[in-house]
Amino acid sequence: MANTGVTDVPASIRGYLRANMTAFADVEFSDEDNIFEQGFVSSMFAMQLLHYIESTFDVEVPDDGITLKNFSSVSRMADLVARLRTATGD
Amino acid sequence: MTDDLLTEVTAFAETVLAPRAAEFDRTERLPREIITRMAELGLLGATVPERWGGLGLDPLAYGELTEVVGKACASTRALMTVHTSLVCQTLLELGSRRLKEKYLPDLARGTRLGCFALSEPGAGSDAAAVATTYLAKDDGFVLNGHKRWISFAGIADVFLVIATDNGVTSAFLVDRDTPGVVIRPMSGFLGNRATHIAEVLLTDVVVPGENLVSSVGAGFSFVVNTALFHGRYSIAWAGVALAQAALEQMCSYAAGREQFGSPIGDHQLVRRMVADALTSVTAARELCRRAGRLCAERSASAAMETNVAKYFSSTIAQRATADAVQVLGGNGCWSGYPAERLYREAKILEIIEGTSQLQQIMIADFAYQRYARKNKVAP
Repeated sequence: MANTGVTDVPASIRGYLRANMTAFADVEFSDEDNIFEQGFVSSMFAMQLLHYIESTFDVEVPDDGITLKNFSSVSRMADLVARLRTATGD
Repeated sequence: MTDDLLTEVTAFAETVLAPRAAEFDRTERLPREIITRMAELGLLGATVPERWGGLGLDPLAYGELTEVVGKACASTRALMTVHTSLVCQTLLELGSRRLKEKYLPDLARGTRLGCFALSEPGAGSDAAAVATTYLAKDDGFVLNGHKRWISFAGIADVFLVIATDNGVTSAFLVDRDTPGVVIRPMSGFLGNRATHIAEVLLTDVVVPGENLVSSVGAGFSFVVNTALFHGRYSIAWAGVALAQAALEQMCSYAAGREQFGSPIGDHQLVRRMVADALTSVTAARELCRRAGRLCAERSASAAMETNVAKYFSSTIAQRATADAVQVLGGNGCWSGYPAERLYREAKILEIIEGTSQLQQIMIADFAYQRYARKNKVAP
């Protein structure tokens, strides 16, 4: 559900990632860790992250923003949200 | 969706498709006039917004139309799965504006047909193992490789091709008439026989840079997953369609066929099959509707709920169609009745767009993510 009022974007993303990582190990990760390279989630999860970002923060990721790099860490996703919000004046 | 559209599509399905489905299956071809009529009805651009030439239907309405068509003819429904769901939906979500302008209006109107060229001799369930290559050259790309089991490749005008450059997977729209593209029709399939399945051979095929879908490296993570997500949604409804057709077959037959002095439908073990079919098709349809609502909301859980719907629906379709064959007995094993065709078509659904085993793995992961931490119990 869209929540344009989410202010702590990194915390929200962190929580979503944690809920969707393997349940067999309590993995610690930093906001800078590449979640794909570290194997926390598979690249198949990227599309779900795209839907999560768009529906949670009420932004639309443009064609040229749909790259694995933009979704590869908490920081990069938070930056993406910030850029899109700035662009739309939210 | 308007009632008029549903009425028109239902009439088309019941009066044109259903009576000819066995012929399409036997001759292994979908006649051009059928495709033209589908285009006229808007089915080939059903989910594409009107500004791009489509009907702009929401996922739920599209699913209902998929059931109507799929109940009458699985191969005709497969064109919606491949062209509308896999290709149009993916292009709509991930294609650049330039690429949409170039292809989407024609695809939505059905003046050009699209197909999804992912599978290869060595890349089935392990889709990331594609060996078809691309190399950036000048302002475009050069593709080489061999695709196999590509539904509608025999007649499609545009191919959504997945290729790799040393592990960096990307997706491209390739025109059929591009030099170096060779199509080899395939036949002899269990089901989906009229879907013009073919091999696609690509030899030094030059693709303009603007035909890259999304970005370099987005081929598997975004394009394939987006396409398969929409494909699975369509297949989930296809399972409902086949199970519903099987249910209706077994009911009408069981009510008319007498053995031991009474209609076989009176026998308790036949009633059990009918009851199971009705219950399971009702449940599958509700799972599809739930997935449809989540798709419409662009919910992050839509992909997983669609996996659940696809897995359940294809599983119960296999069971219901097998029971239909059982109820019809000898007639169920004969092509003079639709039951054996429904049975063959249902088996296909357990394999395409991600096998049931792959769905089980993904669904189990989802269950662990959702419930294991919450209720973790020490041994």
